[in-house]
Amino acid sequence: MKTVIFVILTAAITNNYVLVKFLGICPFLGVSKKLDQATGMSIAVIFVEVMAAAVTWPIYHKLLDGGINFTYMETTVFILVIAALVQLVEIILKKYIPTLHKALGVYLPLITTNCGVLGVTMNNITDGFNFRDSVLTALGCGLGFFLAMVIFSGVRSRVEEARPPKSFEGLPITLVSASIVSLSFFGFAGVLTKIFG
Amino acid sequence: MSIIVPIVAVTVIGLICAVGLSVASAVMAVKEDERFPAIRECLPGANCGACGFSGCDGYAKALLKPGTKTNLCVPGADTVAAKLSKLLGVEAEDVVEQVACVRCGGTCEHTQPKEEYHGIRTCAAARLFFSGSGSCAYGCIGMGDCAAACPQNAIYMEKGIAVVDTKSCIGCGLCAKACPQGVIAMMPDTSKTEVLCSSHDPGALTHRLCTAGCIACRKCEKACESGAITVTGNLARIDRAKCTGCGKCAEVCTTGAITARDFSGAHRFETPA
Repeated sequence: MKTVIFVILTAAITNNYVLVKFLGICPFLGVSKKLDQATGMSIAVIFVEVMAAAVTWPIYHKLLDGGINFTYMETTVFILVIAALVQLVEIILKKYIPTLHKALGVYLPLITTNCGVLGVTMNNITDGFNFRDSVLTALGCGLGFFLAMVIFSGVRSRVEEARPPKSFEGLPITLVSASIVSLSFFGFAGVLTKIFG
Repeated sequence: MSIIVPIVAVTVIGLICAVGLSVASAVMAVKEDERFPAIRECLPGANCGACGFSGCDGYAKALLKPGTKTNLCVPGADTVAAKLSKLLGVEAEDVVEQVACVRCGGTCEHTQPKEEYHGIRTCAAARLFFSGSGSCAYGCIGMGDCAAACPQNAIYMEKGIAVVDTKSCIGCGLCAKACPQGVIAMMPDTSKTEVLCSSHDPGALTHRLCTAGCIACRKCEKACESGAITVTGNLARIDRAKCTGCGKCAEVCTTGAITARDFSGAHRFETPA
């Protein structure tokens, strides 16, 4: 139980994909303007990341790394599988859970080849995680993305109301505030290992 | 040899994905009512919600069930109602076309500011401080929440208050919902008269705060031959059912709070496609 919490928190906070590893920046800047859109996107990301991790781990270890070694095709195969998986999930959701399909809406196909999703699956392999830890890490990363999106949409709504200098208006001030939020997350490095270590 | 295996393997994975997806999309295809796209096509797509459903998609979905009225789309007016009725095979009903009217005449010439407001430039925010920066607590604040909500750009700000260009107004009512003061009223676009004041202050106070306000002198009430005007709560109100549009009330109004003019909306000038 302790390790489960540790793995999830590490992925969500100390190794936050958006704010510490700088993956998945496009949706982070693109749909963080409004809180409801940010939550919709984040839930879709959590969903897809967990599914992708659960599917790519066996593919890597049983297929790419088993028997004939062609692990160098990892990126291509992962993109292919994740894209097909998301499409399949979308079809299933549309048929059986239309409410969830409506809630995730456009975000689901948008993140098929999101670098955050691909990053989680590939890092799981590089870090040598077992199946359980891979899925937990993916869940943690999704939660971390959710956290970052919610925090940043709050920051952003305050920035929108403030009046920055003319040259900073729009995206520049957004990037500056994103970097400050990111700095605050770097402060977490080491905290978790001290608590659980 | 070593290169062939990966090529074959990736191709096979791709093929499995492709076949799986096509099978899934065929097996789990969601049946949509074939009338839905046709109905959705008829609606203007403004997603204003004037029909009472969540946008045009919601209304189109509701129309699939028998019993939903076809005359609920105000922006689409009679043309859309006619098309919908034809599609669904029911009798066409007349749409009451509406226009928005800002019930306030308190321009900068008639009112004075009571405070200097430096906050967020929206009516909703400005209203939190003593009901807006103008002298009258009932009137238009003039920061354009309604203009921002208008899908037709039919509202503009002039001399500190919002003005509706009725010729462009499609009557969706989004501005009336956006107005925190509630000074925007929706009315039938056949109307000829309207009281441009929302103040319930007593006459003397109203006049001190705004020289264009209704002072509840009841002259209009007496002048009206059809008995359509009543003064209640220090404010004249016109009963649309009784008003004949003769304009006598506007003639006798001492402050000019009652206006008699043509309120024909966009539907009278062009037929929306």
